[in-house]
Amino acid sequence: MLEVKQLKVNYGAITALHDVSLRVEKGAIVTLIGGNGAGKTTTLRAISGMLKPKSGQILYEGRDITGVPAHKLVGQGIAHSPEGRMVFANLTVRENLQMGAYLQRDKAVIAREEEFVFATFPRLKEREQQLAGTLSGGEQQMLAIGRALMSQPKCLLLDEPSLGIAPLLVKLIFEKIVELNRTRGLTILLVEQNANLALEISSYGYVLETGRVLLADDAAKLRADPKVRDAYLGG
Amino acid sequence: MTELLQQLINGLSLGAIYALIALGYTMVYGVLRFINFAHSDVFMVGAYAGYFLGPKLGAGSIGGGVLTLAGAMAVCAVLGVVIEKLAYRPLRGRSNLTVLITAIGVSLLLQNTGQKIKAVGANPRAFQFPGPDGMTRGLFPETQLHFRSLTISSNQVIVLVVAVVLLAALWWIVHRTRIGTAMRAMSFNATASSLVGINNDAVISFTFALGSALAGAGGVLYAMNYPSIDPLMGTLPGLKAFVAAVLGGIGNLPGAALGGLLIGLVETLVSGTRVSTYRDAIAFAILILILMFRPAGLLGKLRVEKV
Repeated sequence: MLEVKQLKVNYGAITALHDVSLRVEKGAIVTLIGGNGAGKTTTLRAISGMLKPKSGQILYEGRDITGVPAHKLVGQGIAHSPEGRMVFANLTVRENLQMGAYLQRDKAVIAREEEFVFATFPRLKEREQQLAGTLSGGEQQMLAIGRALMSQPKCLLLDEPSLGIAPLLVKLIFEKIVELNRTRGLTILLVEQNANLALEISSYGYVLETGRVLLADDAAKLRADPKVRDAYLGG
Repeated sequence: MTELLQQLINGLSLGAIYALIALGYTMVYGVLRFINFAHSDVFMVGAYAGYFLGPKLGAGSIGGGVLTLAGAMAVCAVLGVVIEKLAYRPLRGRSNLTVLITAIGVSLLLQNTGQKIKAVGANPRAFQFPGPDGMTRGLFPETQLHFRSLTISSNQVIVLVVAVVLLAALWWIVHRTRIGTAMRAMSFNATASSLVGINNDAVISFTFALGSALAGAGGVLYAMNYPSIDPLMGTLPGLKAFVAAVLGGIGNLPGAALGGLLIGLVETLVSGTRVSTYRDAIAFAILILILMFRPAGLLGKLRVEKV
């Protein structure tokens, strides 16, 4: 469904990605793990059009989407729940969700998707009229995912959903991610610091280091790999 | 007492005009984080648009006045969009200073082009329209309303009514429509807004149209009350409206409206005293004091993001 070929991305004079290639099959959960500065977030940003790659190619459902600006990709079925969540803190929860469905003109469809998000994250329903800035970190993460779901994506790019969130909510959010994958057939490319958790729910994984793919294998094999265990899974 | 009330009414009517201009500064700041210094000249173009459209649209009657006002707003909306497209959009992603200097350039361009064009010229023109009897008349029919010893001109009432209607319309657009919500979303986080499919450039164009239309209305209303217009007329009201926007908290819409009213009130109240000639100095002294003691403005908040 999604294929990245020899992606290279620069931030000014600094090369963030040297050479990253990866594949995400339809209906799979694929994870990118690696330390700080390995290029995980940069990879997602390049796919969703937030960054223009220096070279390389990004194919989505066979189409070349390299360098297509972010706002045009949403309509093609790619949604990005970004690092740091980036909810619109000055808007209510409901308005945030409505903005997620910005390209959808059919009110009935928006209402249906909103119901689905509220059913997935009932906590958001309770906070419907609250400003998003008043939510806890975990609730903001639910909102960021919910907002991404509002565009009815086929492929969800999910960046660090566990970052700075209470452990209990992390568990809940990861259960929901799996549920979305199973029930909706949503393809997910997950970037996560918590490699253990990420590999647990994924079918395939890539280990990134300083802008390159170091290892790529089935998630179960990566979890068993002594090198990966030492470096990323806490021994 | 009577005099104080009289000055309050004058101040409210002037402040309402400042508020309309200040909203444009603050809205553009909200989405682009820079001060559009050409905004004060869009205000001037609004007055001229009213001057030229008035005779064609039936100035002198209520209906003709409203049409002229709407026409001037439309002209300014288009002008705002064109300015943004030609001058600011090519500089997207450059430093704010570059855009700021460009804005000053656009401002000078509008002022001086006006002086060069024969139909406009450098000399002041009277904002009045020929009537059927050969006499000149204002944009709207004029009368004086008397309440005991207070005198209110119908023009002052019109300014207040128009300002209230436009503010209400603006509130509705910003809070109740899809594009208005997108404006607020983008002003908070332009990266996130593009990730949900919002075309930020379209939102910016819309913001310029909206802000410039309000400035255009402000220009016509100002010219009604101070009926002499010239290509440089925007400078001082523009600067004061900018002060108003900073006073209220730049980027904050209710703040801009409040700031405009306050500056208008202060200016007229000072005008009524012995230090009347210092009224402009006092407006700018207020700016300096805000920057010193409340840099975020009266209603502005220094933003803290949860991580």
